[in-house]
Amino acid sequence: MWRVLPKEIESLWTLFTAPVVWALHFLACYVGAAIFCEKPSFLGSDFDNLRIAVASITVVALAMIVVSALLAYRQWGFGTGDPPHDEPTHRDRALFQGYATLLLSGLSFVAVIFTALPALFVTECLR
Amino acid sequence: MSDAPTLTPEKRAEEEQLRAVWANPSGWRYWTSVNNSQVGLWYGSTAFAFMLFAGLLALLVRAQLAVPENDLISAELYNQAYTLHGTVMMFLFAVPIFEAVAIFLLPPMLGARDMPFPRLGAFGFWSFLIGGVFVCGSIFFGAAPNSGWFMYPPLATSEQAGIGADIWLLGLSFIEVASLAAAVELIVGIMKCRAPGMRVNLMPLFAWYLLIVAGMIVFAFPPLIAGDLLFEMQRMFDWPFFDPERGGDPLLWQHLFWIFGHPEVYIIFLPAIALLAMIIPTFSGRPIIGYSWIVLAAVGTGFLSFGLWVHHMFATGLPQISLAFFSAASEAVAIPTAVQIFVFIATMLAGRVIFSTPMLFAMGGIAIFVMGGLTGVMVALAPFDWQAHDTYFIVAHLHYVLIGGMLFPVFAGLYYYYPLIDGRHMSDKVGRFAFWMMFCGFNITFFPMHLAGLRGMPRRVYTYPADIGWDWFNLISTMGAVVLGIGMFAVVVDVTLHRRRQPKGEVNPWKAGTLEWISEPEENWGVRSIPHIESRYPLWDHASLAREVKAGEWYLADASEGRRETLVTSVLDAEPEQVLRVSGTSYMTIVSAVTLGTVFVALTFKWWIVSLLSGLAFIAAVLYWLWTGTGEIPEKDEKDIGRGIRLPLYSSGVKSAGWWAMFITMTGDGTACASLVFGYFFFWTIHEDFTGGLTGPGVLWPMMALALFVLAWAATVVAREVNRRGGKTAARMLLGLGGVLSAAGCAAALAGPWTTGMYPTAHVYPAIVWILVIWAAVHGALGIIMQLYCLARSYAGRLTPRYDMELHNVVLYWHFMLVTALITFSVVGLFPEAI
Repeated sequence: MWRVLPKEIESLWTLFTAPVVWALHFLACYVGAAIFCEKPSFLGSDFDNLRIAVASITVVALAMIVVSALLAYRQWGFGTGDPPHDEPTHRDRALFQGYATLLLSGLSFVAVIFTALPALFVTECLR
Repeated sequence: MSDAPTLTPEKRAEEEQLRAVWANPSGWRYWTSVNNSQVGLWYGSTAFAFMLFAGLLALLVRAQLAVPENDLISAELYNQAYTLHGTVMMFLFAVPIFEAVAIFLLPPMLGARDMPFPRLGAFGFWSFLIGGVFVCGSIFFGAAPNSGWFMYPPLATSEQAGIGADIWLLGLSFIEVASLAAAVELIVGIMKCRAPGMRVNLMPLFAWYLLIVAGMIVFAFPPLIAGDLLFEMQRMFDWPFFDPERGGDPLLWQHLFWIFGHPEVYIIFLPAIALLAMIIPTFSGRPIIGYSWIVLAAVGTGFLSFGLWVHHMFATGLPQISLAFFSAASEAVAIPTAVQIFVFIATMLAGRVIFSTPMLFAMGGIAIFVMGGLTGVMVALAPFDWQAHDTYFIVAHLHYVLIGGMLFPVFAGLYYYYPLIDGRHMSDKVGRFAFWMMFCGFNITFFPMHLAGLRGMPRRVYTYPADIGWDWFNLISTMGAVVLGIGMFAVVVDVTLHRRRQPKGEVNPWKAGTLEWISEPEENWGVRSIPHIESRYPLWDHASLAREVKAGEWYLADASEGRRETLVTSVLDAEPEQVLRVSGTSYMTIVSAVTLGTVFVALTFKWWIVSLLSGLAFIAAVLYWLWTGTGEIPEKDEKDIGRGIRLPLYSSGVKSAGWWAMFITMTGDGTACASLVFGYFFFWTIHEDFTGGLTGPGVLWPMMALALFVLAWAATVVAREVNRRGGKTAARMLLGLGGVLSAAGCAAALAGPWTTGMYPTAHVYPAIVWILVIWAAVHGALGIIMQLYCLARSYAGRLTPRYDMELHNVVLYWHFMLVTALITFSVVGLFPEAI
């Protein structure tokens, strides 16, 4: 299974993958709902369509975060080493990055679910 | 001191030279210093002075509210006092104090000689000082802003707001420029100027936090700058962005303000927590537990904080589904926030805690902050917020969060880091007295406000009737404020009077383990030699490190060419890459800040000619500064930094610090542009026909402008490649051509709304189109200046095929310009046709 994952990248930016997915998901939910409720002529007026759209992008976002978590788990050496990862070596630096990225993936996963939850309960564009 | 090394004559001469190179000028020229320790100290002292001023305003407000139906001060002065109190505390103290602390502390903490752009830091300070004095001074002329610190229209766009609103908008825009300058400096400094070996897993947590916070500034401040621009266009030229009668909407301001305003809370809070992350391990006598968890918390909070802004707008009538998204995110942010608190508690439990004065302030701050956090979870729920909105409950909540999450940690930091300023210690006795007065005074002041709020007392009221159940709460709050004030006054006395009588003591009295404690307060060089770092707490794990560094045994111990230098290292593993020559003392920083400040002040009073002339003077000053102070071709290719390592003295492109500065600045600039585009689509969303039946700019001119800017971009990119291959003449021709194409692009951009007769005062649609094309055209004009600058450098022999840093940076600018043009002209030209 690991072969399908892309080659390991050496970059600080990978740390931010999962939170960026959260941000895009959040933005899509907010902008989608705002346009839906303000402009029924543009996106239709069936609220269930909005809920299905939120559910769909949530699944996509969660899947992307899971991939990010898998990559992070690999960078963390599949959990073979324990923190604190404070040795002055290339390996410990990579393990630290993997671990921190994995933690951020977890937080982002929960935050995406939090963001999507209102679509379960709210059923109209009530103000 | 006992660990002072014995030096050979050679080493002593080397040290003398290094000292001379980093020395500050004397007499009045002292103020032209750009060294991080001086600028950091000035910055911090100024922010502290503004805080005391705003504190006095708070006492004035509390005195007025002490008893019902009071008329101690006039209603107008009261409005100005609370508006200025909030504004000064947020913009002139809370954010700048951390820029100050970071500029002061980061170089020694990272093992750098200075920040990568010392003059930019000094320019930021002078801008902050001028803008701050301008904003604060207004109250002495009865002209201070009086509409609340968030300046909501339509109140703040009305005549009633007076010149105070302009002072707020323009004065603070100027200060926001200073904050962005500091953010650029901090990001580049933390990413590229760490000591060799200080990999990202060994970086001090303070640096991690500041990196995230500086990144947040880059994304949070530009929406406010964009909002200020729209606001000021309405106030000055009657462009109706917030006027519902002409298609505008006051809510747009609330969106733009809070997209800035909520991350701002975390921009203030995270650096304070960063101080605690340095203090708590020291007094627990052990490394922090959960370093990676702190990084998780910092990054997680940084991101989530951008999804909270609408919780300030729960009562504005947005669809409930929208409110719920923001409510959910507001609850989620409690997770990373709490992680930090638990990490601190775990570290203390695992160590042996010494309850020193800094630790008292730290613990007191955490206790207060946790209470504020809990009421935060309450008001994050929309139904509760509807009850508490705009009441004193919110005033209590925000003060618990900000004073617990920021002011107490700052005082902890003051007591902790004071020895690094001049080797003296603050008084422990006074500190403990001040802590208890502040802690008790704070709770006496703000706890009753919860109850007053729940009993319905609204914010910002000038006075209130007797016998509706608010009297006692207010009287107690006022008495508490006096106690809090006495505590703060004790600290001021300690700083200004008492400690002067103290003899100089040990520089590291707490036996802390991080690198900043190696610095020598009486020296300007940051670190005598730059060590190789192998631990998170190098002073604990490497007993002889301080002696070795001070003996000049490590890297870059000399300044044999008489230049100020620091090391540039790689982002992840901090491998040495370059010796960076940083700029020295200069009066251009002051000239630039004064001329730019004059632009903003003159605009406030509508002195158009003065404003224009100052603007031109500012551009000239910046060009002179760049021409004489940057991109210098070194006299040799490499320098020996000791221990057998030779590093280049010049780099261009992605390896150079300047390239990163341009990248970060333009990311912020792009965010401001995105905020204006957000405004365009906001108006489209709220109206059935957002054009108001008016003609748009058409397709032809916007597409022509886009094509011309694409060609100008291509000419600049090709010029860089041709120059790199030695084709100087062809590169010069391409740069000239690029300038002509950009000029044509600017003209075509403005021709769209001009030829179709769009009047920006008629309706919000032409106004927002004009703003977008003016934004693009101004950026096109800046692009021309940059192209011509490179052309001039090439003719002057300062930009060659080998030394082409400026051209790389200008190409990077043009990449961003290309995206700006693509988005702007597609939006204004194609979007109205597409729907």
